Amino acid sequence: MLTFILRRLLQSIVVMLVVAFVAFLIFRFVGDPVSSMLGQDSTMADHEQLRERLGLNDPFYLQFFRFVANALQGEFGISYRLQQPVTQLILERLPATIELAFASATIALVFGIVLGIYTALRPRSLETAVVMTVSLVGVSLPTFLIGIGLIYVFAVELKMLPSFGRGEVVNLGWWRTGLLTQSGLRSLILPAITLSLFQLTLIMRLVRAEMLEVLRTDYIRFARARGLSKRAINFGHALRNTLVPVITIAGLQLGSVIAFAIITETVFQWPGVGSLFVNSVQVVDVPVMAAYLVFVALVFVVINLIVDILYFLVDPRLRDGAKSGR
Amino acid sequence: MHSTLARIASALLVSTALAGAAHAETVRWARASDALTLDPHSQNQGVTHNFNHHIYETLLDRDTDGNLQPRLATEWSVKADDPTVWVFKLREGVKFHDGADFTAEDVVFSLDRARSEGSNMKQLHAEVKEVVAIDDHTVEVRMVGPSPLYPNNITNTFIMDKGWSEANNVVEVQDFAAGETNHAVLNTNGTGPYRLQSREVDVRSVLAAFQDHWAETKPAVTEIVYLPIADNATRIAALLSGDVDIVQDVPVQDIERLSSTAGFKVETGPENRIIYFGYRFGEEPLKSSNIKDSNPFNNPLVLEAMHLVLDRDAIKRVVMRGQSVPAGVATPPFVNGWTAELDAYPAPNVERAKELLAEAGYPDGFTVTLDTPNNRYVNDEAVSTAYVGMLGQIGIKVTLASRPVAEHSPIILANQSDFYLLGWGVPTFDSAYIFNDLVHSKTDKHGTYNVGLYTNPELDAKIVSLGTETDLDKRNATIAEIWKTVQEDRVLLPVHNQVLAYAMKDNITLAVHPENQPLMTDVAFD
Repeated sequence: MLTFILRRLLQSIVVMLVVAFVAFLIFRFVGDPVSSMLGQDSTMADHEQLRERLGLNDPFYLQFFRFVANALQGEFGISYRLQQPVTQLILERLPATIELAFASATIALVFGIVLGIYTALRPRSLETAVVMTVSLVGVSLPTFLIGIGLIYVFAVELKMLPSFGRGEVVNLGWWRTGLLTQSGLRSLILPAITLSLFQLTLIMRLVRAEMLEVLRTDYIRFARARGLSKRAINFGHALRNTLVPVITIAGLQLGSVIAFAIITETVFQWPGVGSLFVNSVQVVDVPVMAAYLVFVALVFVVINLIVDILYFLVDPRLRDGAKSGR
Repeated sequence: MHSTLARIASALLVSTALAGAAHAETVRWARASDALTLDPHSQNQGVTHNFNHHIYETLLDRDTDGNLQPRLATEWSVKADDPTVWVFKLREGVKFHDGADFTAEDVVFSLDRARSEGSNMKQLHAEVKEVVAIDDHTVEVRMVGPSPLYPNNITNTFIMDKGWSEANNVVEVQDFAAGETNHAVLNTNGTGPYRLQSREVDVRSVLAAFQDHWAETKPAVTEIVYLPIADNATRIAALLSGDVDIVQDVPVQDIERLSSTAGFKVETGPENRIIYFGYRFGEEPLKSSNIKDSNPFNNPLVLEAMHLVLDRDAIKRVVMRGQSVPAGVATPPFVNGWTAELDAYPAPNVERAKELLAEAGYPDGFTVTLDTPNNRYVNDEAVSTAYVGMLGQIGIKVTLASRPVAEHSPIILANQSDFYLLGWGVPTFDSAYIFNDLVHSKTDKHGTYNVGLYTNPELDAKIVSLGTETDLDKRNATIAEIWKTVQEDRVLLPVHNQVLAYAMKDNITLAVHPENQPLMTDVAFD
């Protein structure tokens, strides 16, 4: 068990280094931070001086090495745009992103599983046809269109929900939460729905397919032959066996919900790390972009690690392999 | 500078004032981006200055017509016996937000800070030799030579409290390159009409009216909630749904719809910003052209043809939806040196342009690459695309290279472009600002944005003379001469001046500010 986790950890570190390296390669092509920092009144001498002081004239490998050395100490530098420490900026905005991600993951899981079961059990009903058709829209419409559409209907026309932002927030230590105020909860609804729609459709279709598969298996037929109640068969036997792959996918999707909330956050002016990243790209705020990409890599690595460990606990074949000293 | 007593007194005043302000008028003000920092000398950027103008004040200010107005200075003049010294008389009875008195030593401190090494405002004070307090309410700014236009440079240089800055260790401008943070980035103590109540960067900032402000008329707006909303559609939706009251950055395609929507109105007005095309001068062949033995742009006939084929009215009508002021000279009308005569432009004439091109020796045209930003100016990429089509009519085949401004700027500054689109604002409202950076030969101090490397030593001498000429009539005559040469040589190809639009609820009045720096003190309610 220990060697397995250690090996996984080592692999994770390599992944993080590769991500940082690729990020740094890309930053060389996104533009020059200096011209947006200095404005039009500056002279060429000012530009050169600032480039020198920021170390942008140094060779690529030196900049990368300096970044890794600092990052290992948790030091990501000062944002070029906002002139505040990057670690602090990301930590301040993380609660917004995490609350949004968990809200939308919950919506996706609950509605995805319920609708998936329903459409599997009644494959030929009218409701199923409607749900399946609408879900196609969910996967095929781009997120920003869904977001703008929801804003238009619920904020502009019906004036029921706020059009942007996070509403009032309450500070619980360093964690700034929007879940404890009415305006915070109201503000969460539209972005959470927007962000959940794709995952919801995915989970629903996965549950439906798995369930249809399981319902055709022999042990379900035997259960029916034994005269067990429909309820016991569907929920006690079929659903339980359906959920194993669903949990895996849902876990991995949580990572991408956190990482790719960028568009939803931009459309709703949601003050999370995604919108911080978008604002930073526009002015080539390299310290923030680098820290964000490393953070996203970390999220994926940690979730994968947890999933791997869960497999290890669930799957006896892996366990035996480890015991024999592999 | 400030005693504990004064602080307690002001705290009491503020608390009673807040209790009394039951009929507070709050304005929720949205625009595309947030102020980058509250440190007044750290960034020379319009959005940041606009926000800081509510908290801090400058010696002089500009009204919506662009004229200089007294603010913390009540009078300003060149010293009678020394043309190199500017004398500023300071307003009396002004208080900082913490209760400290505003005096000459604060001005000396702030101007010195603004021209220090780490300041981004230092270019505007490059000609200052020293700043001296004569008495509590008189300051002399001694220049290296006669500087008749220096007052134009200080309308965004904010005055900080010396005592507060020393107490909070912000005497130096933040050196973020060295990884430093600074108290002044998030905290303020100005003399302005509003004081900072709370600030969440990129989310919301709240400002409340400063009860001890010196102005006799109190602003109608007693509380400002400043809300940056990056996405255009969301920003407009926020106004339509009633979540904000004023939207400053309105996309041109929404202007018509908003003004026809009941309950809302749109104010438009010209911005102090000219949009123009520039090209590479000199004998050397262009890198991006199929003509390998000469530079077509170095031929005045070719430039004349390109001028004739640019249909500015069509661009205004189709690309800008009527929201632009077509221009024949590369300066906005606000600027000293602009004349209607210079600004005239010819009706497009494709036949004549073709003839000129043939006469120049390019009967079949030529190819070239046009570099354009796509997120900096209003519909910048669409303006370039339209011009590409127009040039195609006379056989100039243009490849469009469209990039975000962060990638466009390095190409411009490194003189890597053969043909480019750029915009230029003129914060000093004087032509010299345009000549210094766009027309003067490229040196360490001048011609930073002279991308085409135009050079004319005779013109350079005239441009430099503008900086020290104290006889205003003579100076204006020189400006007219320079413009004449610039137009004859077709150094720049102007397209239009941008138009600004602010949208708001229809019970609010707020005029467009030519530098896009509206003050909420100017807001009136019906």
